[in-house]
Amino acid sequence: MIAEAGHYALVLALGLALIQSTVPILGARWGDHALMNVARSTALAQLLFVGASFAALTMLHVVSDFSVVNVFENSHSMKPMLYKITGVWGNHEGSMLLWVLILALFGGLVAAFGNNLPLSLRAHVLTVQGWIAAAFYLFILATSNPFLRISSPPIEGRDLNPVLQDIGLAVHPPMLYLGYVGFSISFSFAVAALIEGRIDAAWARWVRPWTLVAWIFLTLGIAMGSYWAYYELGWGGWWFWDPVENASLMPWLAGTALLHSAVVMEKRNALKVWTILLSILTFSLSLLGTFLVRSGVLTSVHAFATDPARGVFILLILCLFIGGSLSLFAARATALKQGGLFAPISREGALVLNNLLLTVACGTVLFGTLYPLALEVLTGIKLSVGAPFFNLTFGPLFVLLMIAVPFGPMLAWKRGDLLGAAQRLMAAGIAALIAIAVLYAWTYGGSTFAPLAIGLAVFVIGGALSDLAERTALFRVPLGVAMARARGLPRSTWGTAFAHAGAGIALIGIVCETTWNSEYIGTMKPRDVANVAGYQLKLDDITQRQGPNFREMIAQFTVSSDGETLQMMTPSKRNFTTRGSSTTEAALLTRGASQLYVSLGDTNADGAIAVRIYHKPLVLLIWWGPVLMAFGGLLSLSDRRLRVGAPKPAKATRALAPAE
Amino acid sequence: MRRLLAYVLVAAVMSVAPAAYAVQPDEIMADPAKEARARNLSRELRCMVCQNQSIDDSDAPLARDLRLLVRERIAGGDNDSQVIDFLVARYGEFVLLKPRLTPHTLLLWLLPPLALAGGGLALWFYSRRRSQSSGASDPSLLRLSEEEQARLERLIAAETASEKKG
Repeated sequence: MIAEAGHYALVLALGLALIQSTVPILGARWGDHALMNVARSTALAQLLFVGASFAALTMLHVVSDFSVVNVFENSHSMKPMLYKITGVWGNHEGSMLLWVLILALFGGLVAAFGNNLPLSLRAHVLTVQGWIAAAFYLFILATSNPFLRISSPPIEGRDLNPVLQDIGLAVHPPMLYLGYVGFSISFSFAVAALIEGRIDAAWARWVRPWTLVAWIFLTLGIAMGSYWAYYELGWGGWWFWDPVENASLMPWLAGTALLHSAVVMEKRNALKVWTILLSILTFSLSLLGTFLVRSGVLTSVHAFATDPARGVFILLILCLFIGGSLSLFAARATALKQGGLFAPISREGALVLNNLLLTVACGTVLFGTLYPLALEVLTGIKLSVGAPFFNLTFGPLFVLLMIAVPFGPMLAWKRGDLLGAAQRLMAAGIAALIAIAVLYAWTYGGSTFAPLAIGLAVFVIGGALSDLAERTALFRVPLGVAMARARGLPRSTWGTAFAHAGAGIALIGIVCETTWNSEYIGTMKPRDVANVAGYQLKLDDITQRQGPNFREMIAQFTVSSDGETLQMMTPSKRNFTTRGSSTTEAALLTRGASQLYVSLGDTNADGAIAVRIYHKPLVLLIWWGPVLMAFGGLLSLSDRRLRVGAPKPAKATRALAPAE
Repeated sequence: MRRLLAYVLVAAVMSVAPAAYAVQPDEIMADPAKEARARNLSRELRCMVCQNQSIDDSDAPLARDLRLLVRERIAGGDNDSQVIDFLVARYGEFVLLKPRLTPHTLLLWLLPPLALAGGGLALWFYSRRRSQSSGASDPSLLRLSEEEQARLERLIAAETASEKKG
């Protein structure tokens, strides 16, 4: 009954989406306010019905109704409640349902809080949202229905993949989807602007908060996923340039570029055509990511060819939306009027350079991800493009970008003074040189690249701080005045500084982890001691334990440093009986931003156990950096000008508050 | 990561062997310098039954075989490129995570620098054309007329007044 209700709610949502994709746009054409306002009700009602559908599937998982295929294949009655709930989106059908739920959520938010948008723009935006939603409802109903029943229900389910039975699954996919799907709003705004043939600085001001919300979630989602992989997969890797990861990185790169180009458009009414194109491309990359992950084409081109129903359907959606929006762009973009002029050396110029580097970086990732697929389909040659390729091509682009980052905020709009900017960055530059010299002397004979990279990171962080110091006239005026000025600075200035510094901090973490990581691999028996990076780890004993749906072997280590006992570490190996597979649960000991990492391998016949111990210096900075970037985004989002929204003549504007 | 979701796919397709981690203690070579070489090489070689994992990361039996093979060749006195050549001869280009520069990978390797250079050039031409066609070089257009000057002052006065009030 619950399953049928959920299914029915989804069908009703499809009906509403179809209304939303036709009626409001006709209303806008005929100038009929009532018809245009239909979009608002349908968007809200869609959210209600998709929400109901999602709640139904969650309910089925919670009560372990194994008469439903999706529950049977991905759940188990003994599974802890948290994983029964997160298991809802730990599979293909459920994750697509989460996808459309978040799409409906964003549509609903525009409907509820978009009161200060011009009526026809809102109608157009929601129409485009309706098109996307309708396509994906159809996809779910036709190829991936999560509510299918089994004729003779089994007693017990097959359990969720043990690797996914982790708190990471509760946080990572929803965050990532909020980011991915959030970019649908900037896409809809872009297509709406093209349909209306009208676009101005106010448009950029409306779009920016939505883009920012999506970007914040995507940043956190990627970072969270990276940390999850780091502690769950058991060998301490945190980024693998896997196509699935690349699929989430590409929209992030394009979205970052979009945030920056929208600033230019908002402040200077320039780069309009480019901003529209980026909005389209960013969401197209989200769609492409969905296709890559959901069609199975990544596992093997052949797997895709033998069961093509889902893949071909998403591919059609992909072609329809990307092809359609780009054709519209090609037809209409020339009609958009060019905005303000600027010299190459200027804030605008710096933001254009940012866009060039981010877009090329994004293109590199895209090309590297798709090249092996295309080559195999076209010529039959099988080729691998992996981490070493991306490090070699993406790395230099990122270094160029990081060198340019501190200069951007220091340059004036329209016509900047590069020499003046360099002078204001003197302190940051000196700090960077000192950092390089000290590190080089300290690690003499080691890597020469690492001190340089850390120097670059210090330059970026120092540049962000210099920008704040410059704007508050710190050290030039009394401290009290500088503090008052700091309070008076726009929040977006603080946001910029935090986000840029976050990038520098992440870079420090990445360099330290990859360069000065120490490891110990060996077999240990109880009372054996391993020495890693100045820590002594003594294996006390190995015990067995029964968990709710697994058996667990736990090893207990006593960690000491200089004869002083610090803490116990208890890595374990879990064996999940239902699936007959096991997971390694690494133990982590955090000291400042560095971590000790212990994971277990197989036991020998003589009772010795294979152990892998890492010391990862400053590894946590890799994730603190993105958290700081997201915090910077949040500060920007709270900026007064975005809260107030775009000014509207002669009428009080109501607050535009997408994330509050 | 989403890799975990990919993990599901892989697990479904070939039911991965019980998770042990990559390099096993018994594989490690006695000479630390040779072991370091073996580790570096392992990071560039693909475990061919896995999804985009290097043999250094993978726990599949095939990856273990390849790791042992790499160490065997190193112990036998091969240098790094000989080891790579041997593996490519045996398993094809697919085993390399960093494809070699050959006619069919030319585009792959050249695209990033070409895109950067092309994008830079396009921007340069574009900004030159715009600054020429816009008449920014004509100083009379840059100066405000008296009427515009008066309007600007009115606006500034109104803005400062409202700021003082607020």
